[in-house]
Amino acid sequence: MTDLRTPLARARGLGSAKDGVHHWWMQRLTAIALIPLVVWFAVSLVMMSGADYAVVRAWIGSPLVMVLLILTIGIGLHHGQLGMQVVWEDYTDGALRVVMIVLTKFIAVVFGLGAIVAIMRIGFGG
Amino acid sequence: MAEFALPANSKIGVGDTYKATGAKNIKTFKVYRWSPDSGNKPTVDTYEVDMDTCGPMVLDALIKIKNEIDSSLTFRRSCREGVCGSCAMNIDGTNTLACTKFINDVKGDIKIYPLPHMPVVKDLVPDLTVPYAQLATIEPWLKSTSQPPTRERLQSPEERAKLDGLWECILCFSCTTSCPSYWWSGDRYLGPAILLQAYRWIADSRDEAKGERLDNLEDPFRLYRCHTIMNCTKTCPKSLNPAKAIAEIKKLLVERTI
Repeated sequence: MTDLRTPLARARGLGSAKDGVHHWWMQRLTAIALIPLVVWFAVSLVMMSGADYAVVRAWIGSPLVMVLLILTIGIGLHHGQLGMQVVWEDYTDGALRVVMIVLTKFIAVVFGLGAIVAIMRIGFGG
Repeated sequence: MAEFALPANSKIGVGDTYKATGAKNIKTFKVYRWSPDSGNKPTVDTYEVDMDTCGPMVLDALIKIKNEIDSSLTFRRSCREGVCGSCAMNIDGTNTLACTKFINDVKGDIKIYPLPHMPVVKDLVPDLTVPYAQLATIEPWLKSTSQPPTRERLQSPEERAKLDGLWECILCFSCTTSCPSYWWSGDRYLGPAILLQAYRWIADSRDEAKGERLDNLEDPFRLYRCHTIMNCTKTCPKSLNPAKAIAEIKKLLVERTI
């Protein structure tokens, strides 16, 4: 289709989405939250290297550890899908962009819920 | 999809060479050439310029080439002193103004191309229709609905100081055309030059449309394609900081939600 719109009409397009500040702010907040969480997670893993199944299971069973693990995975996946959305917006367009953004969000939710259920099952000894 | 390679008809070939016979102090300029009338692919022509009879700036050499060697060479220029922004081009791999770029600052041959990732009108002249239209969308003028004062609109020295580093922009689009986000999403992303202009009016204490201006910018593509790559600030021939202006807009958008 020949585009005979004026340059101004094209530049204005569909107008402002009036959206994006929440995405940007959450990306920053999750990044800040992940600094201590990832450090804690990495240090914990190193300290438990060589530990047997029972020790790790008891560790996950501690309420504080359960909360921190769920936070690490939940916030990490949220941060990851926000970042992936930016990548799709940058490098794809049209239907592919929509499909990839939706897929990314669905996968993040499924992985997040799966991880939380797994942690709770281990923690509660299910 | 983002374009990472040049289209097939944009592959650059080797062009003509113009020797400077009898000159002792020679500098070689390799200049991008393309004419819409020829039907040929673009080429890089080589011009040897006698530095003993040439001014110190890259623009001086381009004008000398056009006057004395090859009158078909096409480029924009006007003020020749870094005020008008017409002669922005890619020199030695960096977007800058030909009129304020010293020939001596470039070691070896001087490579000159049009501003990157813009359609080319001819040779070093890019088509800036889209950035100009994007400038119109941010309505770069003072907006006020209050009764106009009978004298000047007053501004304290501190309020006026907030415009420093913003008003100096000459809209040469060196920054915008250096920005990878603008290369990939230039149809929707406003780019650093326009966002700096937008902030110039947002930061103006006399303007009454701050919220409306922020509304129009709050958009995943218009504003948030900026990923603080900072090419804009690095390349600005006026040493301005568009990346900071964009960060200030982002901060204001958060400020009004919390």
